[in-house]
This record gives sequence, structure tokens and C-alpha cells, in this order.
Amino acid sequence: MATLTTRRSASRVPAPPAWLTGAGALVALLGLLPIAYLLILAAGSDESAIALALRDRTLGVLARTLVLAATVTTASVLVALPLAWLTTRSDLPGRRWWGVLSVLPLVVPSYVGGYAVVAAFGPRGTLQSLLEPLGITRLPELYGFPGAALALTLFSFPYIVLSVRGALLRLDPAYEEVSRSLGRGPWRTFWTVTIPQLRPAIAAGALLVALYSLADFGAVSLLQFDSFTRAIYVQYRASFDPTLAAVLALMLVTCTGGVLLAESRLRGRARYDRAGAGAARPPATVSLGAWRWLALAFCSVVVGLSVVMPVGTIAFWLIRGVSAGEPLNLVWDATLNSVLASALAAVLAVLASIPVAVLAVRHRNWVGVLIERATYAGFALPGIVIGLAFVFVAARFLPAIYQTLPLLLLAYLVRFAPEAVGVTRASLLQVSPRIEEVARTLGRRPGAVLREVTLPIIRPGLIAGGALVFLTAMKELPTTILLAPTGFDTLAVRIWSATSEGFFARAAAPALLMVIVAAFSLTVVLRRERDR
Amino acid sequence: MTATVERPSVTMPQMSDPSDAPQLAFRTLALTKRFGDVTAVDGVDLDVRRGEFLAVLGPSGCGKTTLLRLVAGFERPDGGGIEVGGRVVAGPRRHLPPEERRIGMVFQESALFPHLDVAGNIGFGLARRDRQRRIAELVALVGLAGLQRRMPHELSGGQQQRVALARALAPHPALILLDEPFSSLDATLRSQLRGDVREILRSAGATTLFVTHDQGEALEISDRVAVMRAGRIEQVSTPDELYLRPVNRFVAGFVGEANLLPGEVRHGEVQTLVGRFRAGHGALADGVRAEVLLRPEQLHMLQVDRLSSAPRPESVLTVVRRVFHGSEVHHVLRSPTGFEFEVATPSSATIEVGTRVIAHARAREVPVYPLDAE
Repeated sequence: MATLTTRRSASRVPAPPAWLTGAGALVALLGLLPIAYLLILAAGSDESAIALALRDRTLGVLARTLVLAATVTTASVLVALPLAWLTTRSDLPGRRWWGVLSVLPLVVPSYVGGYAVVAAFGPRGTLQSLLEPLGITRLPELYGFPGAALALTLFSFPYIVLSVRGALLRLDPAYEEVSRSLGRGPWRTFWTVTIPQLRPAIAAGALLVALYSLADFGAVSLLQFDSFTRAIYVQYRASFDPTLAAVLALMLVTCTGGVLLAESRLRGRARYDRAGAGAARPPATVSLGAWRWLALAFCSVVVGLSVVMPVGTIAFWLIRGVSAGEPLNLVWDATLNSVLASALAAVLAVLASIPVAVLAVRHRNWVGVLIERATYAGFALPGIVIGLAFVFVAARFLPAIYQTLPLLLLAYLVRFAPEAVGVTRASLLQVSPRIEEVARTLGRRPGAVLREVTLPIIRPGLIAGGALVFLTAMKELPTTILLAPTGFDTLAVRIWSATSEGFFARAAAPALLMVIVAAFSLTVVLRRERDR
Repeated sequence: MTATVERPSVTMPQMSDPSDAPQLAFRTLALTKRFGDVTAVDGVDLDVRRGEFLAVLGPSGCGKTTLLRLVAGFERPDGGGIEVGGRVVAGPRRHLPPEERRIGMVFQESALFPHLDVAGNIGFGLARRDRQRRIAELVALVGLAGLQRRMPHELSGGQQQRVALARALAPHPALILLDEPFSSLDATLRSQLRGDVREILRSAGATTLFVTHDQGEALEISDRVAVMRAGRIEQVSTPDELYLRPVNRFVAGFVGEANLLPGEVRHGEVQTLVGRFRAGHGALADGVRAEVLLRPEQLHMLQVDRLSSAPRPESVLTVVRRVFHGSEVHHVLRSPTGFEFEVATPSSATIEVGTRVIAHARAREVPVYPLDAE
């Protein structure tokens, strides 16, 4: 059947029902709205905008941003690769625990992480107060590049751990066994067989880290590093001149777009599958011997910095704040607002992901592909860019919904729909189209098939996708501070306003709640990873 | 090219001729489907009587799965038409969606709904009223009583296919389509299940169109078999007719094991290594080269050193290989010119490799295919 199957995938694409295409197109158009509006703004600008873009200071921001992203990505790969390997393929003592701890930093938003880094290593921070009795009164300068790079690396490397670990678990041990049987030792086999097969996973994880550092606003602002997001925010605050901010935002989008393009090139064209049919065998475990002490030390340092340090810092300031009489009651309504907005965003994003994923997987004609690609544009749009675009659009055309919850949710939808589409699409690919065809022969129309068969089957995926969106929406800072209704304080806003003014004790309680809620939703996301 | 339809070709609007509608459960007429430059289904005419079990047999990529998908309504034909239960479901300006065709389908992978239990799967196509009774009936019919509450992943491969069959039969479809339903199972289970499935379908009185690439399977359980190649139907016959009188060399080679012995026509007979055979009804002219179909079990061997008189040297053959098949052994014989063919004997009467033999055919009336004519 091989030839027939290929032919089928090339030309046998059933036409989707019109309502499905309509719904998908709506989601796609929404995703394209911000970038379209920024383009219109920039096109209508006078020379001063172009002059701004080419000014030395702007080019400096561009260079700094790119250097930061490259540094964070490289450092994250160097931290994540050994961690992923140690927690899947070695006999590291307590392997399971290290496995959980190594992805836990994902629950720490960058601005909480940045705050922890400042509070721990900054001037008058925890580390210094510990070292003071020893006569050390000055630590190396933290603000600027070193602090920003450290904070971003510490809280984004788990993206690479997750993708590489997944790939290591899926890897067919037969390839390595063949290499060994052909005379290559374990070390050469690792470099010539295992690493090349991990390349797509490394690239996918590195992509997320690079996008994360390009788009980050919280950590760079707290650590006073002038990257694009901070420059855009300052420009917007200083002048409320949409044109100049739009030009800067478009330059940033060009960077993220370039990273996305680079990743699809790097992914290569080879297919990475199991060698053949048959049950998956777990790969052999490598014995570390005396190296395990070094491995344990490495894991301890990484987990110490990325988990113990932020949690410890929050706890330290929380105790200090409570004993100094910091009021806690205000935190509850912020928590409620955060959960409400994030949950609504999750539901919206999952609903929006369904038509897009179904079109992309089941009706893969040019319309379906176009709609899918347009939705993925949200990946390339940093929160600050989306936030800004929605501020401008609403202020100009829809003053009625400016600074209302629906507008915030629309912006969240654009920002997070790609995440939901990714998960829904992956779940849908697991469902054989034959199952849906059987339902058709048993008398169901396409809509009923979707409702009664497809959606119930992929429900675990939908829930995981929703939890993922919930997690990221909860952490989202720039979109929220730009668009949240007046008086609608979320945890993110609360932490941000306290830390940016140096009230570390006031930020501690919301930061702790944020980490707890985020950790809860992360377990939902990860449970699905394990089940697969 | 279709050796099937012995009635005048009619055009689509006249297809529902009431006189033969009651007997016919299903038919296609000049059914055609193209994918780009490839014609996957090329003017196929088929008809299936009510209660009949018809297999469509062909090699990978011959278009048989496309044919099935056209009938089910997952593909739209480029020409011709399909009639199910006396109703045109596809034709010029008419294309009923799958859910309106009254067709039950069983796929290679069982495609059970993983979120529903056995009863939920079987009842999926049923209306609420009468649903429980019908589910109970079908569970009993396919021999799965007591397993109604099991989820699909808790069933064996064979049980899953039984549920899939019950699910397809439940709404009393006019036609059941089976798409290689046994090929994902292991050999022992496969042969047992296909017997059971045949019996289930017979007792349900279902009309069945069965697609497979496995000739043994097709011959074993079908009332008639349609052999398909490159989008066309080559022959539609009962299994024994197909085996004994294939219409051309392709069908001969595809169904069962075939020796095609070359020879030349002399005085109305084809002269071959193993004797002379009548040159068919067409009475081929002298000098025409032709091939004669002889199945391995239609030939037998005599050892040269046990013969009373010395045979002609060009008819002396050597046993070069033996293939053991359990109850019988196939001997590969090589002629002095290097031509090889197979002769089957019971395992008890096998002959050693290297032995010199002559071969004879038990039959005189065998299919003859003139060369350069096809």
C-alpha cells in the first residue's frame, strides 16, 4: 500500500465544511491583526521613524538583545543536555527526583526569577549579608548583562530539558546497538549516533529559549538591561508615540521571525523515527561509576540556583515582610483575578485551537496550511508587541473595550493560541482518520463526528493544552500590564509593581502564590508527557 | 477488460432497473477515479447479489482500497456510478455523503472508538429505541457475550475485530465493506477469525465486499472473487473457476502457484516439455508461441533410471531444489535449456535433489495463453 498511501496524502484531501474553515480563518486573522496594525503604523511614519531605527542607540539595543539571546540559548543547551541525559540514561542516584526538580524552574516567571537574583546576589542582598562577616562588602556588578543572562538561563533551560528528555526516551536503542556492534565505542556512539538524533529536539528546545529571551520583559527590566522589550516599553511610556514604538516592535519581530526560520533550517530534513515496528524497548542505563559525584554536584548546583534560590528568597522575604507587618489580605483578590483571566484565556485558546488543528491535520490543503501558519505567527510576537498593538487598535478604533477584560483576553488568545494549537494538533495526529470515517458510515455528519468522537478522544490533550496556556497566561507580564483593566490587579501586576520599586517583602506573598498555582498546572501538563 | 458483466451496458439514469433490483444489493458501473495522472480505478463494473460475499483481490496499489473508499463515500468518483440497495448513491450530479449510504465498514486497524466500551461502540450507529436489544443480539452473534463493559484496549486483536464487525452490522446496512480486516493479526488467529467472520456475516445475511491482497484468504471465504490490476477488474469468478481457468497470465500468476510452460502450436496442440495440450477453443494457428498453465499438483514425475526405455534427452529434467510445505513438497525442476518449474508431491513421495526425472501432466484440458497477444 506504500505508493497508494503517499499518493493519498498528496492529493486526497477532503474539503472541510465551510463552518470549520470560517472558524479557523477567524482565529488566523486575529493572530495576524497585531502585526498588520504595526505594519500600517510603521508604513505611515515619516523619516524620523526610520532615522530612529537606524540610530546608533537603536542598533546598540539590537546588538545587545541578540547577544543576550545567543548567550542564554547557548548556556541553556550546555546546562540542559547533561541534565536530560543524566535523568534518563544514567544510574544517577535519585534520578526521578532530579528529573522533577530540573523542570520545576518553569513555574518561576522571569520577573520573579529576576527579583530572586537581585535579592540574593544584588547589593545588600542575601549573599552579601552572609559574606559580610567575612569582610566582603562588594560583590561583582550584577545589574545589566550578567544578571539578565543568569536569570533568563536559570528559568528557561528546562524547555530544552523537556524536549531532549522526550527525545531520549523515544529514541530507538537499536540505532546505538547497531553502532556498537559495528565497532564504535560508547563515547563515539554517543557523539556520532545519539547526538545527531537529538538534533531536532535540541533545536526545538533552543527555539523556545531563544524566543523566551528575545521576548522577555520582566527579568531584563528588573536587572536594568536595555534590550528591545525594555526600549519599546520606555518609548511607549515616554512619548505615547505609536509610530516609534511600532518601528521598534517590528524590528524585534524580525528577530523572532529570524530565529523561527533558523530553527526550521537547523531541524534538518532527515526523519527521526523508530527503526521498525514492534514494542519499544527501554534503552540501557549507563553506569556512572565515580563520575556520579561530579554528576550529583552538577545537578545540585543547577537545582540550587534555579529552584532553591528563588523559593528560598521568596520565603526569606515573606517571613521578613510578615514580621514587619506587611498586609496579606490584598493578595487574595489578585490571585482570583489571575486565575480568572488565565482560565478564561485557556478555555478560549483551546476552543480556538480546535478548528485550526483539524484543518491543518485532516484537511491539509493550502487554506489549512495558511491558517495554521498564520496562527503560529503568535509565537513570533513577544507579549510587549501584542500588548502594544492591542493598546493602539483599541485606543483608536474600539475605545469602548479599551482596558476591559475582553480586550485582555483577546490579546492573550493571540499570544497563547499557538501553544494550544501545538498540543491539539499533536493529539489529533494520534487519532486514526479511520475512526472518524467509521463514525461517518454509522450515520454522523462531520460536525457530529467532531463532537461525539474526535473531541472526546483527544480530551486529555485538550486539558493539557489548556493547562499549558493557563500556566503561561498566569506568568504573562507585559501584555497584562499594558491591557489589564484599571483596578484589575493580577499576581503578575502585583509582583511587578512591588519589585520594580524595590519592595521585595511586598512581592513575596504574591510570588509564592504564583509559584504554587503555576506548579499545580505544570503537573497537569507534565502528566500528559509521561502518559505518551 | 472486464470479464464480469454479461448484460448490455446501460447508462446511469436507467441503472435502477426494477426487474433485477431485488436480487442486486450493490453495483458499480464504469466507476472511475483519477489522482492527478494516475487512474486508480478505471471503469470498474461490479455487481453483488443480496447476501453474497465478493472479494476484490489485487496487489498493493492496484486501486482496490480506492474502490472501497468510493463505495463508502470518502472519495468522489470522476466517472461512472454506484448503486447500493437499489438506490444511486454516486453518479452524475449525485454524491451522497457516507452517513447517508447505509454502508458498514471494517478497517484493517479495528478503529474502535477508544473512549467508548464494547456496548457503546456497537450501539454508536443505533437509534435510542431498541438499542439495548440490538446490542445484546450482536454481542451474542459475534461471540462476545459478557464483554459489553470492556474498553477497546482491554480486548485482544481478534476480539477488537469482532466488535468492529458487530458495530458495522448493527444498523442493518445494505452492504458491508471489509478493508483487509485480518492483516493486522497473526497467522493462527487470522485463519480462525476469517472463518468466524464468514459465518457471522452469513448468519446475519449480510452482503459483503471484501478487499484483500491475500489470495488464500480471498479463495477460502468468498462466493466470488474479482481480481484487480492497475485499476481494472481482470476477472470475476468463483474461487475454483478462478484457480482452474484464469483468463490471463496475470490472474494465473496471482492466484495460486502457476507454472507457465512455453511451447509452440502444432496441429492444434501446444508442444511443451511435459507433453502436448489442446490449444483452446480459438484453435490457434500452427507456429504460434503460447504458454500453458499447469499448477504444481497437476504434474507428476518419474525417475529416469526406473524407466523401461530411455527418454528423449531434451525432456530429461533435474531436481535442483526442494521446498517443504508440510503435507506436500515442491520440487523445482530444471530443463536442459535452463527453464525451471515446480512439481508438487505428497511429502511421503519426495525425490532427492540431483535426481534425473521426466514430468507428465495429469490434465489435458488446461488454459493456454498465446504469447504476444495480451
